[in-house]
Amino acid sequence: MRPRQSNFWKVFSTPTVIALLSAAGLFSALLGDGVWDALSWLGLGIPAILALRGLLQRR
Amino acid sequence: MDGFGISEGYEMKSKTIRRWSFVHTWTSLICTVFLLMLALTGLPLIFHHEIDHLLGDAAELKTMPADTPLLNLQQLVQAAEKHRPGEVMQYFGFDEDEPNAAITIMAATAGTEPNSSHTFMLDARTGEALEMPSANGGFMMIMLRLHVDMFAGLPGKLLLAFMGILFVVAIVSGTVLYLPFMRRLKFATVRQDKSTRLRWLDLHNLIGVVTLTWALVVGVTGIISACADLLIAAWRNDSLSAMVAPYRDAPPLTQPAPATRLLDIAKEVAPGMQPDFIAFPGTRFSSEHHYAVFMKGSTHLTSHLLTPVLIDASTLQVTAVAERPWYMDAMGMSQPLHFGDYGGLPMKILWATLDGLTIIVLGSGVYLWVVRRKAAKPVFENAESPA
Repeated sequence: MRPRQSNFWKVFSTPTVIALLSAAGLFSALLGDGVWDALSWLGLGIPAILALRGLLQRR
Repeated sequence: MDGFGISEGYEMKSKTIRRWSFVHTWTSLICTVFLLMLALTGLPLIFHHEIDHLLGDAAELKTMPADTPLLNLQQLVQAAEKHRPGEVMQYFGFDEDEPNAAITIMAATAGTEPNSSHTFMLDARTGEALEMPSANGGFMMIMLRLHVDMFAGLPGKLLLAFMGILFVVAIVSGTVLYLPFMRRLKFATVRQDKSTRLRWLDLHNLIGVVTLTWALVVGVTGIISACADLLIAAWRNDSLSAMVAPYRDAPPLTQPAPATRLLDIAKEVAPGMQPDFIAFPGTRFSSEHHYAVFMKGSTHLTSHLLTPVLIDASTLQVTAVAERPWYMDAMGMSQPLHFGDYGGLPMKILWATLDGLTIIVLGSGVYLWVVRRKAAKPVFENAESPA
């Protein structure tokens, strides 16, 4: 059963970090302006950039 | 039929994968057309403020000295009635970004349904009426109606809510399937040199998994918003009806007491809160015998949570400061999280980007299904394993 466990985190560790960052981003701008807004741009910007990078890379 | 042809599954049982694959395929396929429509109509709605300004549809208050005194509320009511004779007041809305304005909504009767109301802006210093064309018709209104109910009223909203639920199930099942697909691949691998199908499979997985949280939040808050009519009806049943029960046999209100002091009265019983909107007697946010002043919290977070103050429309006595049931709070918090309007222009641009990426995930999903079906026809399982 050990390989299954390690496989799970091998596959899901990065997506989990990204999911938590975007959740923090979605929440932070609800708390205030200024630095809270900037945190939300970071949290939502990371998934956007990763997706666009995958989309635009060619060979 | 699993639609994807994942043949290797010695870590997650292949039967389990097939089941999840079936769920993912069919929940996605059923909701895709609606989700594409929602994603496309939602795109201009993110920027409705900017688009209004660009098209010159935004009401512009004229420049006056900063300390110009404001008219009182009853004077504004009179200005509104003069602007639209024969109609009655439904709502006054307030916005801290534009303290010199009152958004005014009027209709033939107080109980008229929202789509038949007329929205305009009153200059709170002069009583001058400024039209807001995009709030009453035109391109942006068409986008909004398509997005909200497809011009089909409550059944349209509930159908979209159901499609939203399918979308959430598709996201969850897609996340489960991410594991067997990505077991041998490094995160963000996009195989460019094998086949177009594999490239789009990898992109579907990558974009899907990184936009997961955003799509879930926008999906769930969209479902909640689509059920708003039901939530408001429940609120009327739960909270409002008990409070206005003593008025059941009261004679109909002929002439409401002047609105002049409504905000002061509400502020006295809801200290530290700010007015968000006033519902005039007879609307679905008030009662036949009450003004309802909806007060919002004064912190960033609580500004989305509304507490109604019910004020007797003949005596101007406070009948009750209504409780906020949890589902009304959920509805209040859903709005910013669905609209993406709470973090400035950069957030709107990110919202639009993530919306566009969702369109790509939806489109690539359909493409993968079509290609897989074609490939599956001659030889059912031609085992294209992600090696």
